Amino acid sequence: MTGIDNDMIIAPSPAQQMRRRALRHWGFLIGGSLLGLIVLLALIAPLIAPHDPYVQDLSQRFLRPVFMGGTWEYPLGTDHLGRDYLSRLLYGARISLTIGLVTAIISGLIGTTLGVAAGYFGGRVDTIVMFIITVRLSMPVVLVALAVVALFGGSLTVVVLVLGFLLWDQFAVVMRTSTQQIRSQDYLISAQALGCSTTRIVMTEIMPNVLNNLIVIITLEMAHAIILEAALSFLGLGVQPPLPSWGLMIAEGKDMLFFEPFLITIPGIALFALIFSINMLGDGVRDVTAPENRN
Amino acid sequence: MEPLLSVENLRVEIPIGAGLLKPVRDISFDLKKGETLCIVGESGCGKSLTSLALMGLLPRAARRSGDRLRFAGRDLLGLKERQMARLRGQSMSMIFQEPMTSLNPSYAIGNQLTEGMIRHQGVSRAEARDRAILLLEKVGITAAASRLAQFPHQLSGGLRQRVMIAMSLMCDPELIIADEPTTALDVTIQAKILGMMKELQAEFGMAMIFITHDLGVVARIADKIAVMYAGTFVETGTAHQIFDAPTHPYTKGLLSCIPVPGKTKRGSRLGAVPGVVPSLVGGVRGCGFASRCPVRQAACGKEPALTDRGAGHACRCVMDSDALRNMVWEAA
Amino acid sequence: MTETGIALELSGVTKTYRISQGLFGGSKPLRALDNISLQLRKGEVLGLVGESGCGKSTLAKVLLGLEQPTNGEVHVYGQPFASHDRKWIARRIQPIFQDPYSSLNPRKTVREIITLPLRVHDVVESREWDKEVGGMLDLVGLPQRLIDASPSQMSGGQRQRVAIARALIMRPKVVICDEPTSALDVSVQSQILNLLMDLRDELGLTYLFISHNLAVVEHIASRVAVMYLGRVVEQAPADRIFDAPKHPYASALLDSILTPDPSLGVPDVNMDGNFPNPVEPPSGCTFHPRCPSATALCSRKRPEPVDQDSGFVTCHLHDPAHQGEMA
Repeated sequence: MTGIDNDMIIAPSPAQQMRRRALRHWGFLIGGSLLGLIVLLALIAPLIAPHDPYVQDLSQRFLRPVFMGGTWEYPLGTDHLGRDYLSRLLYGARISLTIGLVTAIISGLIGTTLGVAAGYFGGRVDTIVMFIITVRLSMPVVLVALAVVALFGGSLTVVVLVLGFLLWDQFAVVMRTSTQQIRSQDYLISAQALGCSTTRIVMTEIMPNVLNNLIVIITLEMAHAIILEAALSFLGLGVQPPLPSWGLMIAEGKDMLFFEPFLITIPGIALFALIFSINMLGDGVRDVTAPENRN
Repeated sequence: MEPLLSVENLRVEIPIGAGLLKPVRDISFDLKKGETLCIVGESGCGKSLTSLALMGLLPRAARRSGDRLRFAGRDLLGLKERQMARLRGQSMSMIFQEPMTSLNPSYAIGNQLTEGMIRHQGVSRAEARDRAILLLEKVGITAAASRLAQFPHQLSGGLRQRVMIAMSLMCDPELIIADEPTTALDVTIQAKILGMMKELQAEFGMAMIFITHDLGVVARIADKIAVMYAGTFVETGTAHQIFDAPTHPYTKGLLSCIPVPGKTKRGSRLGAVPGVVPSLVGGVRGCGFASRCPVRQAACGKEPALTDRGAGHACRCVMDSDALRNMVWEAA
Repeated sequence: MTETGIALELSGVTKTYRISQGLFGGSKPLRALDNISLQLRKGEVLGLVGESGCGKSTLAKVLLGLEQPTNGEVHVYGQPFASHDRKWIARRIQPIFQDPYSSLNPRKTVREIITLPLRVHDVVESREWDKEVGGMLDLVGLPQRLIDASPSQMSGGQRQRVAIARALIMRPKVVICDEPTSALDVSVQSQILNLLMDLRDELGLTYLFISHNLAVVEHIASRVAVMYLGRVVEQAPADRIFDAPKHPYASALLDSILTPDPSLGVPDVNMDGNFPNPVEPPSGCTFHPRCPSATALCSRKRPEPVDQDSGFVTCHLHDPAHQGEMA
């Protein structure tokens, strides 16, 4: 047996191509570095925070940041209770990231399970899942979240759970479509013809091929959750004081909007930078892993 | 008499990250009224890009150049996009492999058939409609008048391709370029459609350029054949010249690969063309087929010219005609 | 049923789908396979031809155990499908698909693709896997250095060889080749056909070779079955059917073969009209509306298979019981 069409130069492997595309993709690089920086700062917050974010010192209220004439003792100034703003910002990053991540994991699990099941089994399962998605889409997220939080009281756990159980619709819709596309591929039929179990087919044949879509949705929903948490906290129904959530910091600063605008702009910029970096990274992941999906 | 279409050294170049891709290199041919030229080759040989280059429908990144591209007395190389679009609507038309992608799913086929004619020739809606019905009947569609209101997805693949052919004939073109028009169809429908296209050609006298990889189709419909490999013609001639006395090693290899009912011994080993097409980035150095050729020699390092080997049968090979005639394809 | 010479046997296999007719229309039955009886002898290549919608793909799915027949039975090497699970079938019957671009998971390496059957069936110890894969690569003519390559790095021909290696690593008895060369270039197609023929001799395989390329079927098949609208209308040794087809549909199909002979024009296919709607098949012989030799009997009475030349024809023309009426 002669393998006679084999003297072909091997093209770069998908991993190599991906690395090459990643290193040329500005959005991916910028988003990735910025997000990496924020995550790093959040992780080492206890080491670098100049003060305890919870310690109040009413004699040091409303100190201005160093670039507005403040001192290096409080680089970003202090809030209405005299707490160090930089320290609160660093610890706040932990809260925002936790909320984004945990929400995305909860909603990702729910949505992916529903979506993959609907796409893979089709028929009646699909009908039922589509119905659940429709029901979910007809519920206004913010109102439901407000109602639940008002009912059970605001806390980090409640906010994360509520958002996690509300934000899975995108996961379900996208995973359903991606699975349907793969469903008709011959490699899936070939795996079935090999006698593979459904679990194995889903885990080894479907999941690796929908992973890039999944990552894109995860980034979108993380950003979505972080913004919603900020909104809830701003309304006083999210994370409760004294936790240093960025949304809460903006809410607490709003009374001083016209006198000390830095109280709002600093957490505002932080929030913007975080959402921006996550979205840039998400777009980048899509372009890098599947450039053919770019429109 | 001047040929309908005269092409000399047509080139297509596409700048890509790693350099300049040269998928079509120095293609020349003449086509007379009523003639059928088949361009045959394997995937990636540049046959589809050649047809798009002729129609002026290349992707935006691609650049077209050449020494001559004359069609019906006009120089196509100098035409502006608007003039070219007008020409495409009136005197040259194209049929693609997958009619579903070239028919607009949201318009009834009647509208799609008549639209071009009303726009380009300024005829009335009723006149265009009459011609559409006439042509649908010509391509063998029954109850043509009632079909006009149907949408593409309501038709089978064979019917859609018939509609495409009718559409390409609406403006009475002088040239039809068909890119694998029957490849996606069942064999009996393929035979019917090919037969119908030949009949229509006899009736309306248009010239056809037929792009395909199917040697059976080529043999049955071609007046002239161009065998394309790695972006250029390696052998050209009449259908009889190419099939009865193939000259270029690639043509011989290709013909050895297909089982011919009645000729190839059933169950015997088929011929093979080992190796793969060379990269077309930066052009090809020397003869593009040399790496796969069992009779390659030192002289193959320089690209040979397409030279006439008698009676218009041309071949791009360094070997002389006698040596080529005696060569038997034996995979390396 | 347990004759030694038979590798695969279908007896009266019928597959009916329910086609929904819109929200309130209820559903109608679609007979994708209508009482199919076929035998594949050990080591032979049975060519299965027919046009799209004739039921070829459904038949392949039934034989792979992916669809349960509504009626009838399939036996492989004398054992009925019904009493075994899909894994059991998978060890005996494997597919090779048309499109090597869709039949290999793009996120896996050649090693992972070829060892998947070993993982699923757990018959070879994992330290032996690499040796097995190496052996398969040799067998299908791929160089060992491709073992860690991904499908996107390979040509169509190379991918098809990987698909063949995956299908054969469990040493199945029967291989369902579903248009295995249709998506490949001419020069690659011949290499894959040569490989399939070599492997059949070497491993004693039996092929069901589904293809619309009749020239290829004529070259590779020892027997041929022609399908039309879910039924096998003619089945005979390859040389007999290609020299003298008996069923009018088989002869129309064979007329449409385009041999590369420039002295011949486009053949005139002696068949009218369009493929019928399979949900509302014509009465009697389902081919009668398109048949050039149809008589009144054909629209009334459904023909039954008549044994001929170690095969059968399902046509009134060749049924001695109706000779008088068909004249």
